[in-house]
Amino acid sequence: MRRIIWLLFCREWRLAWRRPGDLLNPLVFFALVVSLFPLAVGPEPSMLRAMAPGVIWVAALLATLLSLDGLFRSDYEDGSLEQWVLSPHPLELMVLVKVLHHWMVSGLAMVLLAPLFGMMLALPASVLPVLVLTLLLGTPILSLLGAVGAALTVGLKSGGVLLALLILPLYIPVLILGTGAMDAALQGMPVIGFMLWLGCLAVLAITLAPFAIAAGLRIGVSE
Amino acid sequence: MKWTFFHKLGSPKWFYDISGRWLPWFAAASVLLLAVGSVWGLFFAPQDYQQGNSFRIIYIHVPAAFVAQSCYIMLAVAGVVSLVWRMKLADVALKCAAPIGAWMTFVALLTGAIWGKPTWGTYWVWDARLTSMLILLFLYFGVIALGQAISNRDTAAKATAVLAIVGTVNIPIIKYSVNWWNTLHQPATFKLTEKPAMPVEMWLPLLLMVLGFYALFTVSLFMRMRLEVLQREHKTRWVREALEKMS
Repeated sequence: MRRIIWLLFCREWRLAWRRPGDLLNPLVFFALVVSLFPLAVGPEPSMLRAMAPGVIWVAALLATLLSLDGLFRSDYEDGSLEQWVLSPHPLELMVLVKVLHHWMVSGLAMVLLAPLFGMMLALPASVLPVLVLTLLLGTPILSLLGAVGAALTVGLKSGGVLLALLILPLYIPVLILGTGAMDAALQGMPVIGFMLWLGCLAVLAITLAPFAIAAGLRIGVSE
Repeated sequence: MKWTFFHKLGSPKWFYDISGRWLPWFAAASVLLLAVGSVWGLFFAPQDYQQGNSFRIIYIHVPAAFVAQSCYIMLAVAGVVSLVWRMKLADVALKCAAPIGAWMTFVALLTGAIWGKPTWGTYWVWDARLTSMLILLFLYFGVIALGQAISNRDTAAKATAVLAIVGTVNIPIIKYSVNWWNTLHQPATFKLTEKPAMPVEMWLPLLLMVLGFYALFTVSLFMRMRLEVLQREHKTRWVREALEKMS
C-alpha cells in the first residue's frame, strides 16, 4: 500500500514537472487578482490594509478553483482513471494522494507567496505569520472540497463555470474563518479560536472528502 | 419485520397509483390550511406592538423558509436512498424537489426583503440568516445545474445525489460560520423545544400556514414526480393503460 502511494506521488510530480506552465498559471492569476485591487480602489495604505484579508483570500479561492478544473481531466481522457477505479487499492486513498499533490503545487505555493502580497497590501509584519498559518490550514480544505466538484464534473465538456457554481458556496466557511482570523489579528485580538476552527474543518475535509471524491469519480467513469 | 413495502415503494407503478389516491387529499388540505391560515393571519391576528401590520408578511415568509430548508434535507435523504438502495423513485424525487426548493428559497428571500424595508429601513442587509438563505439558493442552483449538465439520466441522478449529500454535511458549518460572521435578524420564530414568545392568536395561524405550505409542497412534488414517472416509463404497459383510462 505504501509503495502504491509513493509511486502515485512520484507519477504526479513527474507529470507536473513536464508541464511547468500549468503549475505557474494559477499562481500568476493569484498575483494578478491581488494587484488589480490597488489599481481599482486606490493606493492608500490604510484602505489596502483593511481590505487585504478579503482580497488575498478571495484571490486564493479563485486561483484554487481555476487550478482544479483540469485536476482529473487528463486522467479521465487517457483512461488512467478507469484503471484507478478497477484497481484493488482503495480509490479514496489514491485520490487523497492526488489532491495532496495538487495542494502542494497550488495551495502551498500560494501560502509561500502570500507574505509578499501581504506586504504589498500594507499589512503590518506582525500579521503576516497569521496570514501564512490561516492559508496553510485553509488551502487544503479548498483543494479537497474543490476536488469533489472536479470529480462530479469530470466527464463534462463545460466544466469550468459549473465547477464554480458547485464549489464556491461550499468555500464560504473557510473564507469567513480565514478573513476573520486576519481581521482579529489586525485589531490585536487573539486568533487561536479561528485557527482551531480552521484546523477542525481541515481534519473533517481530509477524512470525509476523499469518499465523496471517489464516489464522484466512480459515477463519472461509469458513464 | 416485512420489507415488502420498501420494495413496493421503489416501484413507479405503485407510486403512481398511491400518489393519485393521496393527491386530492393533500390538495384539499393545502387549500383549506392556506385559506384559513392566511385569512386569519392577515385580517384577524392582532397587530404587532412594534411593527404594526407589516409583520403580517411573516405568514408567507416563515413557512417558505421552513419548506426551503427542509426540502434541501429531503434532497440529501433521497440522495442516500438513491445511492444505497438504487431506488429509481428517489432519483425522481431528487430531481423534482430541487426546483421547488429553489422557488421556496426565492420566496423566502423576496418576502424577507419586502419585510426588511419597513423594519430595518433597507431591502437587503448582510445579516447572517439572510446570507445563509442566499447561500442555500446557490446550493439549490448547483444541484439543478449539475443535473441539467449531465445528459445521461442515471449518471445525473447519482451525481446530484452526491452533491446534495456533500451540501447537507456543509449546511451546519455554513450556517454557524455565517452566524458568527454577523447577526441582526430576530431569533427564530418557532423552536421545537420552547414555547413561542408570540401570543396564541398570532402563532396559531402561522402554524396553519406552515402546515399548508408543507401540504402545497407535497402536492406540487407529487404532480411533478407523477409526470416524470410517466415520461420515464412511457414504454411500459401500465403507463399506456393509465393514459387510456384518463382519456
